[in-house]
Amino acid sequence: MRMRHAAARLAAAAALLVSGCGGPFPQSALDPASDFAWKLQDLFQGIFIWAVVVFVVVEAALLVAIFRFRERRGGPATRVVHGNTLLEISWTLAPALVLMMIAVPTIRTIWEVDRPPVREAIVVEVTGHQWWWEVRYPDLGIFTANELHVPVGETVDVRLTSADVIHSFWLPRLGGKRDALPGHETRLWFTVDSAGTYLGQCAEFCGLSHALMKMRLVAEEPQAFEQWVAGQLEDAVVPDTGLAFTGSQTFVQTGCMACHRVAGTPAQGVLGPDLTHIGSRQTIAAGVLENSPSDMARWLADPQAVKPGAKMVIPELTDEQIEALSAYLDGLR
Amino acid sequence: MAVTGALASDAARAEKSPHRGAYSGGLWSWITTVDHKRIGIMYALSAFFFFLVGGLEALLIRIQLAGPNGTVIDADLYNQLFTMHGTTMVFLAIMPLSAAFFNFIVPLQIGARDVAFPRLNALSFWVFFLGALFLNASFLFGGAPDAGWFGYANLTSSQYSPGIRIDFWVIGLLVLGVSSIAAALNFIVTIINLRCPGMTPMRMPLFTWMTLVTSFLLVMAFPAITVGLVLLMFDRMFGTLFFNPAAGGDVLLWQHLFWIFGHPEVYILLLPALGAVSEIVPVFSRKPLFGYPFVVYSGVLIAFLGFGVWAHHMFSVGLGPIANTVFSAATMLIAIPTGVKIFNWIATMWGGSLRFRTPMLFAIGFIAMFIIGGLSGIMHSSAASDLQQTDTYFVVAHIHYVLFGGVIFALFAALYYWIPKITGRLLHEGLGKIHFWVMLIAFNLTFFPQHFLGLHGMPRRTFTYQEGLGFEAMNLMSTVGSLLLGASTLIFLWNFIRSIRKGEPAGTDPWEAATLEWSISSPPPHYNFRSLPEVHSRDPLWAVDTSDSVPGDDPARPEPHMPSPSYYPVVLALGIVGLAAGGLTQALPVVFLGVAVMLFGIYGWAFEPLER
Repeated sequence: MRMRHAAARLAAAAALLVSGCGGPFPQSALDPASDFAWKLQDLFQGIFIWAVVVFVVVEAALLVAIFRFRERRGGPATRVVHGNTLLEISWTLAPALVLMMIAVPTIRTIWEVDRPPVREAIVVEVTGHQWWWEVRYPDLGIFTANELHVPVGETVDVRLTSADVIHSFWLPRLGGKRDALPGHETRLWFTVDSAGTYLGQCAEFCGLSHALMKMRLVAEEPQAFEQWVAGQLEDAVVPDTGLAFTGSQTFVQTGCMACHRVAGTPAQGVLGPDLTHIGSRQTIAAGVLENSPSDMARWLADPQAVKPGAKMVIPELTDEQIEALSAYLDGLR
Repeated sequence: MAVTGALASDAARAEKSPHRGAYSGGLWSWITTVDHKRIGIMYALSAFFFFLVGGLEALLIRIQLAGPNGTVIDADLYNQLFTMHGTTMVFLAIMPLSAAFFNFIVPLQIGARDVAFPRLNALSFWVFFLGALFLNASFLFGGAPDAGWFGYANLTSSQYSPGIRIDFWVIGLLVLGVSSIAAALNFIVTIINLRCPGMTPMRMPLFTWMTLVTSFLLVMAFPAITVGLVLLMFDRMFGTLFFNPAAGGDVLLWQHLFWIFGHPEVYILLLPALGAVSEIVPVFSRKPLFGYPFVVYSGVLIAFLGFGVWAHHMFSVGLGPIANTVFSAATMLIAIPTGVKIFNWIATMWGGSLRFRTPMLFAIGFIAMFIIGGLSGIMHSSAASDLQQTDTYFVVAHIHYVLFGGVIFALFAALYYWIPKITGRLLHEGLGKIHFWVMLIAFNLTFFPQHFLGLHGMPRRTFTYQEGLGFEAMNLMSTVGSLLLGASTLIFLWNFIRSIRKGEPAGTDPWEAATLEWSISSPPPHYNFRSLPEVHSRDPLWAVDTSDSVPGDDPARPEPHMPSPSYYPVVLALGIVGLAAGGLTQALPVVFLGVAVMLFGIYGWAFEPLER
């Protein structure tokens, strides 16, 4: 593992050197953190090395030809050569051999990453929506959005579909992407190496705000994960005094409940994200805004200004209503 | 022939062409022309115009992405621009620019006086041109198509894309398909039937060969997208449910149909470029093409294999390990004939006497950049590895190394090489070299960093990105590079306009080339060859001491009789686009008007007298 980390750092450093600048890259496919991502990374590195070898050999041959055979005044006339069968055969076979070196690990990896997990896995059902991710844990009974929580070292079995158009689920540090297709269920599996927050975003063009359909995965030690599960399973803590209480009433009066669910309250809508524990999430609006009262206020004031075309329909709210709603939602932890 | 000639001696012996008036005549003479050379010129000018349009769209995209959270253009306009950038560059710039060379050069290379069906050729151009205007008219009527050049279902359904933007795209592409298939059939018949005496298939110039292969690809690939587009049109206009998953339709059906067309389309764009480079490298190496039959067969093989690899665009949909294995392996196979071509070009240069004139610089630039695009293609061919790369900027980098570093560089090589034949005047060498070096540097500055953007997690088709992901610096580099690329194109434009007015006369054969188009004056007379040549070798102008007969233009002989001009092709094209406008607006009177004009055009065409 240590060796592989070193190799990955080396590759990342080389990439950085070549590309000149930038970084850090928290969403980089070159910084694997799961078994799935490591398999793809190892494969990619092998192919990359072959590509560099071929690049150097062929471009060098081209450069030699350019510098060695430039026209010279009074130089000898060119010898008329029409071809050479032996050469043709050898430079047909040489790439074929290199391709074999790439094809064998490729095919091995294709079958490895497509083999369903043998041990028990945590099933997460993810449904793409324009432009957010609905997340359900059917075995645990958890409903949430845009933020997956998983325990470190346990296999996660993600089952994907879409409620509208094609999306693609992609957490680069945890592995390759898999499309979420309406009318199909697709799957992918991975086991996260170490605790941390892993960023990702939709990778298939899905309309106006495709660029703003982000997600994240929080990998926790098993104990922390169990705490999170326990917290998510509880009904919402309904405030009975203060600004948050006013907010809870505003939530009902302004029609939020038509689309959003807050478990333990009359709000049982299913069209938008489940808000039972929205206060515990790191971001809002599918990863576009921080989960802070001020950003929440910005979102509630004009969702379409934050995310063009967002499907959230909201009446014009007064500043007081927005403040109260923000306080209510912030308290739903 | 002398191998030591230089530009100066060319200019010295360049006689005043007797055909200076080759392109005279008013607008009407251009509208009614059936001369393959004039049609080729019209293709070239309109393709270059749309190349500039597509380039401007790309510049707006790059300016928006120069920094995080860009606000230069909004998401809606961005999506229109990247959709139209792809659609324009593929269908309205590269394909017609290739068609320009098919038209102008191929009949000359095979020693023919025109194409097999001159009026059909005019129809192909006018349908393309009017169809291109139709597609771009969408910008004026509620917005351009905005679902990507690949138009994945079901984002293109009327539920998720209401309005007529997608209708413009569907109908526009159907119209352009008519043009492509008509042109392809014309060139297949022309190349098979109109070759001059002695020009057996294995003596055809490589560019003619690749035109033939490309034409077969067009005829076989376009029906697949036509089926897809018709199904989509039915879904949108008549309420069918082919792509509606809620009603049992399947969104993946579109992807299969589109990519069965879409991957051969890549070779439709690429093969003419490979053909042009296979002409230019030998001429400027002063050596025949190395391994001619291998270069021909590898082109045929690339085209053939190109039909069996479409699902490599779909590795992330989860087709399963068997399909992924098969399509990975098939895709890797394509690297072999592609590699063979590259080795043969290098072997052609090897032992030659290289002249680094502008066409050669662009041809070598093409080889160098195309190697990089090919190698990143190998990375994608690995289905598992591609799961990280597909739909990221890595792919954007890859396709631009193939289609810009590859095809556009090769087409500029072809422009510098053949414009003297077309206009009779040489482009300026110094400006050409500046153009080459600025473009080479700018191209790499624009697209090389995009490989790393993709690997570091930046998806493509995103109208913005947020700070903190490390994307800022490389995007800025890319934007600076793209502005420089735009500037390099202006250098070419200036060079071209300047050459028309005061370029050095090209003479018959400024490059001391080998193929038949260089045996007649520049620009060629409207009948091309007064007496048909007879060839006995692949490089007839390099082997005049053998039995090849390249008679040149003997004024003592009578001028050959050429087909009369006809306005029916443009009438028929107007009818077709009228019908398209009727379909778009769903206004029956417009439909009937379009059909009536079409019928008039077809009737007049069929009974047009041969002589006027």
